[in-house]
Amino acid sequence: MKIRVLYFASLREKLGRAADDLEVPAGATPRAVLDQVLGEKLAQYRAAVAFSVNHEYTPGDRPLSDGDEVAFLPPVSGG
Amino acid sequence: MSVRILIPTPLRAYAAQQASLQAIGPDVRAVLGELTAKYPALQKHLFDDSGKLRSYVNIYKNEEDIRYLQGQGTALAAGDTVSIVPSVAGGSGVAEELPKLSKEEIRRYSRHLIMPEVTLEGQRKLKAARVLLVGTGGLGSPAALYLAAAGVGTLGLVDFDVVDESNLQRQILHGTGDVGRRKVLSAKDSVLSVNPHVNVVLHEVRLTSENALEILKDYDIVADGTDNFPTRYLVNDACVLLGKPNVYGSIFRFEGQASIFGAPGGPCYRCLYPEPPPPGLVPSCAEGGVLGVLPGMIGILQATEVVKLIMGIGEPLVGRLLLYDALGMTFRTLKLRRNPECPVCGDHPSIKELVDYEAFCGIADEPEEDETALTAVELKARLDKGEKLVLLDVREPHEAAIARIEGSRLIPLNDLPGRVSELDSTDSIVAYCHHGLRSASATAFLRSAGFRKVQNLSGGIDHWAVQVDPNLARY
Repeated sequence: MKIRVLYFASLREKLGRAADDLEVPAGATPRAVLDQVLGEKLAQYRAAVAFSVNHEYTPGDRPLSDGDEVAFLPPVSGG
Repeated sequence: MSVRILIPTPLRAYAAQQASLQAIGPDVRAVLGELTAKYPALQKHLFDDSGKLRSYVNIYKNEEDIRYLQGQGTALAAGDTVSIVPSVAGGSGVAEELPKLSKEEIRRYSRHLIMPEVTLEGQRKLKAARVLLVGTGGLGSPAALYLAAAGVGTLGLVDFDVVDESNLQRQILHGTGDVGRRKVLSAKDSVLSVNPHVNVVLHEVRLTSENALEILKDYDIVADGTDNFPTRYLVNDACVLLGKPNVYGSIFRFEGQASIFGAPGGPCYRCLYPEPPPPGLVPSCAEGGVLGVLPGMIGILQATEVVKLIMGIGEPLVGRLLLYDALGMTFRTLKLRRNPECPVCGDHPSIKELVDYEAFCGIADEPEEDETALTAVELKARLDKGEKLVLLDVREPHEAAIARIEGSRLIPLNDLPGRVSELDSTDSIVAYCHHGLRSASATAFLRSAGFRKVQNLSGGIDHWAVQVDPNLARY
């Protein structure tokens, strides 16, 4: 299935892009997609990112559906 | 159909000191009627002369505000809980406590007063309100100026820092002449020059687990504009423990976030991020940079939400996270929910007092000393002796364009693994960056790759500019 992935804040900066259109296996979870995107190099982000699916905050283990928009949101501390 | 009614502390004096009682009725109107029939003294605190619920009294059915249900017509079932929650302004929720406005104030706030959503009552709520701004930096600056202009009666300002030249690009409370001054003092001057009617209370301290509850308890609303994770978790937990709304804003480079945490029934910061990120993962403004106008937008969003909460108008940003992207000029909102498992605001909280937030965020008291690191003065002495050293600049090219040490080679830290073959492992290498952090990583990497004679320049090119070459630009 096809999903759209959005990256925010320091993750956007590290990856050098704001979004991806990805083909993922049916039933993939936000966390599994995140792991795939991060790879070895950015593995430190695994525990730090919050997820939203279709504009709603969601746990990382909720299966995705075709056409979902997933956002990966690392925390931001600047003031 | 017995339901439980919860009575807030300030109103218990009018209800025989009871904290809760049972009532029977099909809807909210009926049970409130039963309550005021039993305790007539409550009537004037809950309802105005025309029988309308007073605007500073909020009624919740379980965890939902009845304004978003069917108002007083909201149906009740056996076992429901009806909570009476005084709105935040003035704190007490007891009638007839709002301060009067002088003629001069009435002229000043005229554009507020003529709006039916505000009126004299709304402006008097603003005057009664006590708002604490944690941080007088990028977010606190615009928030303080607009809240002062709007007529918030008491503004508390927390900051322990002094004004630095690099603050002036965005921290509009502070001017060029304030460089080197304590931030709370220059902030107070700016606030009072906008509006002398504001009572400005200064807290020139670092907010800690020891002092946070004592400082926050005197305020109705807290606006979080701090610049680090330990203080963000501290402010969140303190607000939840005290039952105060936390109007949150945060920024990174070209992006910002805002929400209201800790409101009745709404989520807190820990519902969104239960755990802090590993130390060093998320850059601060000093490390990652920030577009100067960005905190203006987010700080004003925070001020807007504070004003709405005080007046009790509109839809507060509770249960929603607003994301702003200045480059795309887009706003998105994400729905958030309170997490019933949340350790601080959940149904069975495990955190009932403030903790050590530096330790929680994994920040060690003392950074590890690298005993082989060179100071700028030592490096200069070795260069002057004619020693053959390779100066390795691991910053980005746009930083090297601002200032560089003569004769150095540029390989950005991120490119170093792929370009390590350009270096000779038998050379004596001194790595440097802006402040010495990235070059410490580079030094560790090169050592792990078999380089034996690598040293880090402690304090980076910034120390070099201060101690050795004052002609170099500092940034």
